[in-house]
Amino acid sequence: MKPVLLKGGKLVDPSQGLNKVGDLLLLDGAVEAVGGSIAGPEGAEVVDCRGLIVSPGFIDVHCHLREPGREDVETIATGARAAAAGGFTAVCAMPNTDPVTDNQAAVGFIVRQAQRAQAARVYPIGAISVGQQGKVLAEFGEMVGAGAVAVSDDGKPVASAQLMRTALEYARTFRIPVIDHCEEPTLAAGGAMHEGIVSARLGLKGIPAAAEEIMVIRDILLARLSGGHVHLAHMSTRGSVELIRWGKERGINVTAEVCPHHLSLTEERVRGYDTDAKMNPPLRTAADVEALIEAVKDGTIDVIATDHAPHHYDEKEREFADAPNGIVGLETALAVVVTNLVEKGGLSFPELVDRMACAPARIFNLPGGSLVKGSIADVTVFDPATKWKVDSSTFLSKGRNTPYNGMSLVGRSACTIVDGTVVYRAGLPGERER
Amino acid sequence: MTGALGKDLLGLESLTGEQIRLILDTAEPFKEISERAIKKVPALRGSTIVNLFFENSTRTRISFEFAEKRLSADTVNVSTAGSSVSKGETLVDTARNLEAMRIDMVVIRHSASGAAQFLAERIESNVINAGDGTHEHPTQGLLDILTLRDRFGDLKGRRICICGDILHSRVARSNIWGLTKLGAEVAVCGPRSLLPNAIDEFGVRIFDRVEEAIEWAEALNVLRLQFERMTAGYIPSAREYNRVFGITRERLDRAPRDVLILHPGPMNRGVEIDSDVADGPHSVILDQVTNGVAVRMAVLYLLAGGKPELAEAAKGGTGRSREERE
Repeated sequence: MKPVLLKGGKLVDPSQGLNKVGDLLLLDGAVEAVGGSIAGPEGAEVVDCRGLIVSPGFIDVHCHLREPGREDVETIATGARAAAAGGFTAVCAMPNTDPVTDNQAAVGFIVRQAQRAQAARVYPIGAISVGQQGKVLAEFGEMVGAGAVAVSDDGKPVASAQLMRTALEYARTFRIPVIDHCEEPTLAAGGAMHEGIVSARLGLKGIPAAAEEIMVIRDILLARLSGGHVHLAHMSTRGSVELIRWGKERGINVTAEVCPHHLSLTEERVRGYDTDAKMNPPLRTAADVEALIEAVKDGTIDVIATDHAPHHYDEKEREFADAPNGIVGLETALAVVVTNLVEKGGLSFPELVDRMACAPARIFNLPGGSLVKGSIADVTVFDPATKWKVDSSTFLSKGRNTPYNGMSLVGRSACTIVDGTVVYRAGLPGERER
Repeated sequence: MTGALGKDLLGLESLTGEQIRLILDTAEPFKEISERAIKKVPALRGSTIVNLFFENSTRTRISFEFAEKRLSADTVNVSTAGSSVSKGETLVDTARNLEAMRIDMVVIRHSASGAAQFLAERIESNVINAGDGTHEHPTQGLLDILTLRDRFGDLKGRRICICGDILHSRVARSNIWGLTKLGAEVAVCGPRSLLPNAIDEFGVRIFDRVEEAIEWAEALNVLRLQFERMTAGYIPSAREYNRVFGITRERLDRAPRDVLILHPGPMNRGVEIDSDVADGPHSVILDQVTNGVAVRMAVLYLLAGGKPELAEAAKGGTGRSREERE
């Protein structure tokens, strides 16, 4: 493996309080030297990083890669390449595949497909319950043995409090988080968007904020009861933020994530019945967006995750209520966060790197999240200031379903390195499109 | 061709007060055509119109069809049963196929909110929303407003209360937007479980008790109570609904003034409205039905690019009115 020397970038690594220009040397899949001026060894691949930020590789703890089952929509290979293009060196794949990833063989399949892809790492998340049916616990131990890093019935809430309690207790043995999609099913039934003035005007059935918040507080209380680690997926409401803050103040083992779209778009985006603005949880109000941004800044919400959910365009081009939930996010996440949180919201780049790289590694107990000597050689290089126009037809993901198409955003990945190998490069100095 | 209303009529929320007045004014001369012995004028001769009904409807479909035929358009009715829709064809494919047959207008009724807009954005033909899910039913709103205007003249400051299931009612939404734009004071009354949670932001008055609504209002538009609302648990029973929210003679007798009664139909007699009210002297329920044809003629005529000032002339002068005949 050729050594890689990243020259002249701004090293941003909050895991070691690093935030200044310097070089980074990667050797044999690990960080060999960091900071200052480093003379490259013979034959090293030199990456010119002047004007760019060099950080620990971003990790997306929440995406849907659709394989097995819907390879027409996304595969582990296309998803892993899209991830690398978006600056992610690793992603966690949700188990709502077909068949459901609820056993060690299914987990092993994802691990093997990911190895073949040679792009971003893909860590499988196993199901909480067999078939995501919400009845019988899946075999956490065997799934972890095969490579699963967490469990979740994502897409479906765990309706039974008893099952959730048991999952949190049982997961302790394996030191994995239990991820919940917080949605009280009877309140949310049939809902197509946020319940509010826009849903009332459009005549669409709404999903009230309370549907999420009821499950957030239930899960926090169950985490307290069980001593397990609950990770709350895609938080979308101001109330959820307050409840998480309440839980953390009491030392309860709760962590949470938020998606770029919930930090940048509101229910207003649904006007016109654009199905690319349909996702679950739905886009909420401006007050919710504001509270979520504050929560990212103060650390109440630990992680920014994409909930990347590709769909075939046929499935999205239909009546709003009947269209599937979800948007792709891997290739726009960084730019949406830079544009809306750094440029407008006052988030610093070290905070951004923490929420997208360090915190995910910390919470999910994954390798990476740091550039200290000896860390795995997963590195994200991005341009913090370049402005570009989103063109979904150029995505490496098979999905084109994004509400950001045509928008001008700031910030873009330039080079992605996984295990010491450059898996994506574009937009380096001297290589930029004019 | 795009006239004063734009390409499509999707809802009243997106129209201006001026556009609504234009439709109502255009409907006036068309009313008379239906009173003639020969109920036909050549205004839309050569136009092809498809009535695309994905949801059951009797009166709206018949009303549109009469309006089209009285304007001499060629019409085709498509309903879900027996069409390729029941074979799983998507709405977008249905739209493209219709477009490929070079039609001029589509009247669409669909159970999904936004279906009319969806269609309108994908075909060049004019699209008229004949009811989309729980969103809007603009021609029903217009005929209700025309009926009110027949009685009240200018609607500015007139107090109109819409009673019943506002949450699921496209008629309620179209009425609220249309009436508000014409300066009327609008209220809603119904069980809170059948009002949108965000109703406070609609800019309408809210009455929890029907007695208070009757005391306030000059006209009540009484909505049909869908029986599936009971099975879905929004309210306990039709019987209790009638006792608490029903428009009864007894309640109206206590009103400080005569209250005009409208109902978009079909009625559940003895549930949301009692028979002696529906058939009573202040009921204009059948006037609504009559006005429905005229309003739809006006909408078809304007969307086809007809000049409002020529609506009178478009009637032609040949038909003899019923009075002349008798």
